Formats: sequence, C-alpha cells, structure tokens
Amino acid sequence: MKPIFEIKNLHVSVDGKEILKGINLTLERGKVHALMGRNGSGKTTLAYTIMGHPKYVVTQGEILFKGENMVPLKPHERARKKLFLAFQYPVAIPGVSVGNFLRASMKAVRGGEIPIKEFRTLLKEKMKFLGMADTVVGRYVNDGFSGGEKKKLEVLQLALLEPEITVLDETDSGLDIDALTTVAGGINQLRDSNRSMLVITHYQRLLNYIKPDYVHVLMDGKLVQSGGPELALVLEEKGYDWICQTQN
Amino acid sequence: MSNSKLNKNSIENIGDQYDEKYGFHKPENYSFKSKRGLNRAIVEEISKMKQEPQWMLDFRLRALEIFNAKPMPNWGDSKLLNEIQFDNIFYYIKPGEKQSKDWNEVPKDIKDTFDKLGIPEAERKFLAGVTAQYESEVVYHSIRKDLEAQGVIFLDMDSGLREHPDIVKKYFGTIIPPMDNKFSALNSAVWSGGSFIYVPKGVKVSIPLQAYFRINAENMGQFERTLIIADEGSSIHYIEGCTAPTYSSDSLHSAVVELIAEKGAKIRYTTIQNWSKNVYNLVTKRAVAKEKATVEWIDGNLGSKLTMKFPCVYLVGEGAHGEILSVAFSGANQHQDAGAKIYHVAPHTTSVITSKSISKDGGRSTYRGMVKVFKGAHHVKSSVRCDALLLDDHSRSDTYPTMEIDEENVTVGHEASVSKVGDEQLFYLTSRGISESDAVTMVVNGFIEPFTKELPLEYAVELNRLIQLEMEGSVG
Repeated sequence: MKPIFEIKNLHVSVDGKEILKGINLTLERGKVHALMGRNGSGKTTLAYTIMGHPKYVVTQGEILFKGENMVPLKPHERARKKLFLAFQYPVAIPGVSVGNFLRASMKAVRGGEIPIKEFRTLLKEKMKFLGMADTVVGRYVNDGFSGGEKKKLEVLQLALLEPEITVLDETDSGLDIDALTTVAGGINQLRDSNRSMLVITHYQRLLNYIKPDYVHVLMDGKLVQSGGPELALVLEEKGYDWICQTQN
Repeated sequence: MSNSKLNKNSIENIGDQYDEKYGFHKPENYSFKSKRGLNRAIVEEISKMKQEPQWMLDFRLRALEIFNAKPMPNWGDSKLLNEIQFDNIFYYIKPGEKQSKDWNEVPKDIKDTFDKLGIPEAERKFLAGVTAQYESEVVYHSIRKDLEAQGVIFLDMDSGLREHPDIVKKYFGTIIPPMDNKFSALNSAVWSGGSFIYVPKGVKVSIPLQAYFRINAENMGQFERTLIIADEGSSIHYIEGCTAPTYSSDSLHSAVVELIAEKGAKIRYTTIQNWSKNVYNLVTKRAVAKEKATVEWIDGNLGSKLTMKFPCVYLVGEGAHGEILSVAFSGANQHQDAGAKIYHVAPHTTSVITSKSISKDGGRSTYRGMVKVFKGAHHVKSSVRCDALLLDDHSRSDTYPTMEIDEENVTVGHEASVSKVGDEQLFYLTSRGISESDAVTMVVNGFIEPFTKELPLEYAVELNRLIQLEMEGSVG
C-alpha cells in the first residue's frame, strides 16, 4: 500500500540559505509522529514548507500526499486537499471576526456553503469541548488573545476542518498546565485511524499528553534518528548532545 | 453570535465593475444647460432662473470675485489642481422643470438611473427621507409624514431658501464664508441643490435621511450646498452618497456643507463618496458644536481622481464632542487627500479622529489633520489615530498631522502606523483554504472595520462589496 504522506529528499532554502538538507520522512495513516529537535534545527521550516509558505523555497525533493506532489501547490490548494498546520505563533487579523473567518475557511475547505444553523451548532459543540467562551466568536482573530486562547483557536480550526494530515508546530509553547491539558485533550479527541499527525516539539513534555507512535529527531536540517516513543524519553534524559555523540 | 454579525463581512463574488454598475450615462434631455465656462452672466442667470432674493445674488457675485481673485492653493496636489480646466466645465444644468414627490413622475431616464443605483429601494427599506439630485437640481424629494408633523424640515437648499428665508439668511455662509478658500468661493458663486435640514428642539430623528448626488453629463460641475441645523437637544443622522459616469475628460464636484449643533444636539453626517475616476472632488465641510453638543463626520472616500476634503468641527461650547472617522481608498490614478480638523475653543471639550487609508496600484493617500486647542480651553481631551495600509510597493501614503496646543491642562494623543498586508497574515488565511484574493479582501475589510461598524448595516455591506470590487484582480 502506498504511504499516505511521504517527504522525499527535501531540500529547502530561505533567503538563499539552505535550512533543510535532504529530509526523508514517511507518515503512516492514523499514526502520530513526533518530530523533536533543538531550536534552529529546522522544525518550523519543515512545517511551513509542508503548508507552502512562499518564502520557503524547495530546491530539491518532493512532498507526496496520496502520491500527489504538493510542492507546486499554493497554501490554499493544500488546505483544500486536507493538509493542516497549527501555528506556533498564530498572527492577529484585526477587524476579522473569528466567526466570519471560521465560516469562510470551512466553506473553502469543504468546497461549498455551510448552512448557518449547522455551522453554529457545530461551532458551539467544539468550542464547549475546548472550554472556549462563546464571546470568542465575535472577537477578532487572535487579536489580543492570550497564548492559551490562540492555541485553542488553532485546535478549534483543526476540529472544524477535519484534515487528513495535521502538523502541530510547538503547540505546547506558552501554555500553562491547565491549558496544555485542555489543548492536548482536544487533539487526542481528534486522533483516529484516518488522520495522521506530525507533532513538532522542543520538549518531551507535550508527548506525555499526546502519546506518539513514532519519534524522529531533526538536527541541522537532517533527520538523524527515528524510533518508537521510548526515544523521546531517552532524549529527555540524555539531551540532544547524546545524539550528536552517537552520530560521530 | 448573531446572523447579521456573521453575514456582515461575508465575501461574495461580485463580478461586475464600476463602469457597468455606476459609470453609465443617459441621454441629455435637459431644460437648460449653461455654456461652458464661468462668468458673471452665468451667475446672474442661475440666480434669475431660481428667482432668488437680491441678497443671494449679491452673495454669489461677491463670491465670484473672490474665486477669481484667489490663487490656487499652493499646498496639496498642486500638479493635479492646476490641471483643472475651469473653462471646460458646465456650471449649471437644469435637468427638468419640476421636482417630484413620486418616483413615477420623475423623467424616465433619470428614474432609471436612480433605480439602477438602488435609491428608491433603499428609501422603502430604511430611510426616513430622500433627496435625489441629478446634475444641478434635486429631481425627487420625500420625507416621512411623521417627521414633517414634528416640524422637521428636510428640503433641497433652493426650496429652503424660498420657504424659510429667515433661517437661511441667518446661517448660510456663516460657518464657511466664501473667503474661506478658492473652492468655497466657487461653490458660493454657483451653488445649486443640496439639502436644507432643520430639526426642532428635542426632536430625535432615529432613522437616517439621505441625499444622493448624481452627475450625468461630461464635464459637469456640481456644486450642491448643504446646511443642517439641529436645535437644542435634537438629533439627526444624515447620509450622502454620490456616483458619476466614467468619461475620458474631467468633471468637477465642489460642495460646501455647514452644520450647526445647538446645545445638547447630535448630528451624525455620513458620506460614501464613490465618484468615477475623472471627477475632481474638492469639498469644504465644517461644523459648529455648542454646549454638550456632538458632531460626528463618518467619511468614506472610494472614488474620484483627486479628493481634497478635511471635515472640521469647531467645539465652541463647554463639554462639546467632535468625532471624525474616515476611510480613504486610492487605486490607480487616484489621490485621496483627506483628513480632519478639530478646533477646541471651549473647555472640557473632547475629540476623536480615526483615519484609515488603503493604497494600491500606484494610488496615493494623504492624511492631513489639524488639532488646535485655544488658550482657555482647559481639560480638553483629544486622540488622533491614523493607519495606512499599502497593498504594493508602488503605492504611496503620507501623513501630515498638525497640533497646535495653546493651553496646558490638556490630554492630546497621536498614533500613526503604516503597514503592508502582511505575508504572515496572508499565509495564515490561505493555509485555511481561503484563496489569496479573498484573503487580501478579508484583511482590508478587517482594517476598515472600525469604520464599517459605524455604518447602517446596508451601507456596511455595500461598502464591503465596493472594496471587493476594487480589490478584484489585485492579486495574481
């Protein structure tokens, strides 16, 4: 069987500087893959490249989703094929209400109008689960949101858009333990046999809440090690330097 | 969460263009059209046709002399200003012989025009009164009976002069004298049409009154004159809109608007200016707010070739409040030179200026503002905020905020920002499946949301539609 999502020999440059230097990574259907690495190792670059940020130039390689190369596609086309990125730092869009934004987004990804009643019911249900106040709908997207509110809004979008491939970029950063529990609970709720996730994190902490099936380690633009969940624990104990040593 | 809230900014796919929707023109079956150019004989003829009192003719002739004597402003967009061909303009066109209170009596071409612009429909749905001006004269006029019964006067300015000469003589030209500037002098010499409104003491007009100004002929000069007096404790919301056909040569629109808010009165004056890109829009707007009165200018500028307009409030009574909220949208070959002026003459007066501009395709936006606090006007509070949004590298935005503070015990704040539609904002929205052009429209509509939320819902929707129309094709 063909893998659902396959990154092959991916080289990426930003402003002429090569950041990713030949990544090979296959996501299995329905599995959670953790991607760990130090700051500056290229984690966010990989996340942005998967989603198609125009500043991240693919100089070599492919990103195959169900066999189709995503590299030539624009971000909105990838989103409509059910790719999703939960941002580490979601930007504010002043003047655009959360309600309007979510509805426009759902309409675009579903490829058709969603009846207002259905939308409201769905929204209420998902927001309740994430412990979000109803008033969030009328606020401007991420404008004046706390770290926890931003991450919850990311997970809310994840819940509404039902992607097949989800990249979570440092979703735990800036969260206190309560918010982390809620956010992780929301993500776990969305795990199923059809959805694959790539959970990017600097610390092992998040992986106590979202248990990965596989762990990969990124270092200086290359994947240097892959393994089971136990790899995260080893890293936590021995640090990234341990990997450096095993590399030499 | 309400339906209206969700629908307000919804992105619809509007495919048509200005030319088709507003830029059309109709044949000219006019009862009078002056020769091109301006001279004493034309001014005398206008006054005679209107059967005006001698004092008004004298006023016009004096204003004409001032217009001829005053040099063109040496500030602002001098290049465009000096390209105006005053000799090529028609200064007075009388479209028909009478003004109607029934759309069915309006000449067919003119009625068709306003139908296409949606005026009768808007009137039925949410307006308390309408005047529709076509070229130089108001061709249709109505006011709800209950307002009339409460003594509210809503007339075109010419009828106002005929029917209420005492009030008009008392206030006309007192807020903006002909000497004020070259274009107020021009308007004073050849004014025709516009609105005259008087709201009696304590009467609150809760539903807006609207005037719509339509230019049809090429090289037309439209010079309406508006005077609004809100007596003690009354309130009024007045809305004006305007459009014109697209021609290859220029037209001129130069209005004078004078507002007087008596003690405790409130006037809100909303403008959606959407002239075609061959219209010079050079307008003088000024208000006087007396004790505890409030004046709000809500000023949207989308169209025209060059707009120069700086709505002004004189806060002359203690506790008066002035607010100017404006949006300017400049596309290719457009310069929106807009702004706001607040004069704090009395103590404990407050003001807020919010200016938003959007420039694209080489368009140019200028904010020009003045906040002046006079000696003795203590405990004044004023805040000014100007935000400019540039959609590309070859568009331009300039800000000229002036503050003159002659009193010590005051709180005055000023903030300004210039930004581009951020790559990160676009990436965020497009990563959620929203197309690039819809994403830009969303960011732009969000940027002006502080303005649109002050409009009646129908106008907010219309404005967002207009913005979308302007945005089409702006992103590849």
